[in-house]
Amino acid sequence: MSRLRGAVVAPVLAIAVAALLCAVALVISGASPWTALTTILSQLGSGTVAVDTVNSAAVYYLAALAVAIGFQMRLFNIGVEGQFRVAACVAAIVGGTVALPPVLHTLLIIVVALLTGAAWVAIPALLKAYRGVSEVISTIMLNAIATGLIAYLIRAETFGELRGNNITTPPIPESGWFPGIEVGNGSIFGMVFVAAALGVGYWFLLGRTRFGFELRASGESATAAAAGGVNARRTIVVALLLSGAVAGLVGLPELLGRDHAYTLASPQGYGFTGIAIALLGRNHPVGIALGALLWAFLDKSAVALDVVGIPREIVLIMQGLIVLSVVVAYEVVRRVERRAEQRRVAAAAPVQRPAEVSS
Amino acid sequence: MTGERDAVALRGITKRFPGVVANDGVDLAVRTGEVHALCGENGAGKSTLMKILYGMQAPDEGTIEVDGRRTHFRSPADAIAAGIGMVHQHFMLADNLTVTENVLLGAERRHGIGKAARARIVELSATVGLAASPDALVEHLGVADRQRIEILKVLYRGARTVILDEPTAVLVPQEVDELFATVRTMQGEGYTFLFISHKLDEVRAIADRITVIRRGRTVGTADPRSVTNRELAEMMVGSELPSPETRDSTVTDREVLRVEGLGLPAPGGGRDLLDGVDLVVHAGEVLGIAGVEGNGQTELVETIMGMRRHARGRVVLNGTDVSHASTMSRREAGVGYVPEDRSRHALLGDRSLWANRILGFQSRAPIARHGLLDTAAARTDTERIVRDFDVRTPGIDVMASALSGGNQQKLVVGRELSGDPVLLIAAHPTRGVDVGAQAGIWAELRRARAAGLAVLLVSADLDELIGLSDTLAVISDGRLVGTADPASVTPEELGTMMTGAAT
Repeated sequence: MSRLRGAVVAPVLAIAVAALLCAVALVISGASPWTALTTILSQLGSGTVAVDTVNSAAVYYLAALAVAIGFQMRLFNIGVEGQFRVAACVAAIVGGTVALPPVLHTLLIIVVALLTGAAWVAIPALLKAYRGVSEVISTIMLNAIATGLIAYLIRAETFGELRGNNITTPPIPESGWFPGIEVGNGSIFGMVFVAAALGVGYWFLLGRTRFGFELRASGESATAAAAGGVNARRTIVVALLLSGAVAGLVGLPELLGRDHAYTLASPQGYGFTGIAIALLGRNHPVGIALGALLWAFLDKSAVALDVVGIPREIVLIMQGLIVLSVVVAYEVVRRVERRAEQRRVAAAAPVQRPAEVSS
Repeated sequence: MTGERDAVALRGITKRFPGVVANDGVDLAVRTGEVHALCGENGAGKSTLMKILYGMQAPDEGTIEVDGRRTHFRSPADAIAAGIGMVHQHFMLADNLTVTENVLLGAERRHGIGKAARARIVELSATVGLAASPDALVEHLGVADRQRIEILKVLYRGARTVILDEPTAVLVPQEVDELFATVRTMQGEGYTFLFISHKLDEVRAIADRITVIRRGRTVGTADPRSVTNRELAEMMVGSELPSPETRDSTVTDREVLRVEGLGLPAPGGGRDLLDGVDLVVHAGEVLGIAGVEGNGQTELVETIMGMRRHARGRVVLNGTDVSHASTMSRREAGVGYVPEDRSRHALLGDRSLWANRILGFQSRAPIARHGLLDTAAARTDTERIVRDFDVRTPGIDVMASALSGGNQQKLVVGRELSGDPVLLIAAHPTRGVDVGAQAGIWAELRRARAAGLAVLLVSADLDELIGLSDTLAVISDGRLVGTADPASVTPEELGTMMTGAAT
């Protein structure tokens, strides 16, 4: 139980510290922290903010899950950004080109996104497993290549078409959409539930399956894992492919629920936000979910704050501070707990069990 | 040459780590101008004591005196300033720099980096017997020369007392003789040496006095002219230790492990780490591998476990050729593995005891089925191990790293003996383990052997080897160079075979 307490105490403390520091920043910039607080809390009731927050959190959740799978093995997949963009682009092209009945059409788009994400990360995965190339370097470089590849794919001469000032992929017909759920004025993306299901799957994979155990063991001690019969190469490749496949889904909530086409103006940066949220949630499926919701909520706050004349950049400061203080808090709590446990064991160990008196 | 004053005196040094007392009131006095040897088994506390003397760790209790003055070292820089230099077992040289550059690196303030520095290096080169030019690149120099550069480095920084940590481990016999000649010459010039080793013959050849420590305590100081290897070994191992003696032979004629022509090339090229190793272990037999550490024992064990790439030769387990099988399929075929370094190879420190029970068994019943883990079964079986192997812990949910070394090892041995293995590969199964745990592990090994388990035992504890083994093989330089009968061989004779002095 003490472990659960530690897992809750650390982030709560960290968020409180971050909020306090933000209040200081607000006071220095001449704004009222109180107004800021009431503004961002009251925004939840207005318009579609709550629904938008959930939708945007789902996107972040998928990105953070993709990052977290790699983190379990100390693999730093910075390339989630590139993987999700290439996957969204290819999935949009396929989805806008083929004609299929509903459900099948949507499923095809999802599968294409999964496979494209995995294929894009297969390059760094194989390089890492067989040539020892750092996945940090190779995935960063592939992010740059992804930008170029997408620009090529959606040219009007290749698969794209020109619409006004924007270049876009052919629009996905309605049969390929993922229907959402109407809530008030907004609509919750259907992909939100897919993201939640993936979270459950991730939890099950880590805690209940052989592969999940091997993945975590490799991350904690590569040498002990090898002695325990874990095939390091296979684990690296499978972990990164899984990470890339999940990354492939990051663009889909918006693609299938709102945009229905991939354009030059489609959003970017989710992959990097995912890294921050995976850190924030300590790679735990529930932690990541809370982190994603918090992050999305703060994003929306920027707009509300702007309206009352408080600089929206305060949100960026808040997000940065939270990540920093959470990482520090987790480490502090971890050390304190370890020392407490060692004391507990040392206290229990010298007690010799008295020999039972035989009757 | 030996003065009456103490160059270095450690009194009542105590150093505790969580769950372990590494040094417990250790006394050590080194007279000015002598070669003083510090002997002890692995895990006896030699390196902790040296880290304290060199300022890398602070003692919890006790005092350090240098030339009769009490001192406190906060860092190695303080120790160096007090005239103490340390030559580590693993050299710390930059290959791509010259001899001069390596010596000057970090010591630029002493004599600058110009002519004066160079003159001093040339002068000290003669003292340490370094023949290589000061401008030679270190990458072109051999091990013996590199060692001399390390000694030169500490002299250049003003050391009068030089700590040599296992200096002969990396040298061939002729180089050892040359090193000893240099040490004798330098002793004539007034330098003091503290020589750390567990090789008894070498210690007796070079030292003026020998201090023996065992399990963190000073056993006593001996005179190398009158003490025998046998007596020294007894001091190191201690006569109050439980005897590892196995009584009746349980050896059968059923072959469990057959290794033929095993070879392993060195990753960077050069001499093979293993070459032409043949051995057979029968059911109910303990085959002990004796050897000076670093002669291929680790590689032999890891190759048989399938953890090394590019191995040659055949490994046959119960009649099945597993030479190309993965580590996991060898484990599934019934091989238990107690690695020599439990914290690096056997345990996940941050995970609970029951999660550690899964490691190595994540593919088999009762822990797993069809790729899914049965955590309830893992917990139940961990509780059995804790009970049967007397692992002292408040519960099975504590982190493995919170247990003391002995309890960790009991957990590992218990895990590796579960699931009825046919072969156990045990490397130093009782290293760094307290006496009680040691007796418990020996008892379990004997019981499993009586039940028909084949055991390949690698150990640096000669009494353990002689006491537990049914057959002994001696490894040297990656080859098996001889066999001995544990019923008649003495630790002394075995020691001679290990160093290759006997034919």
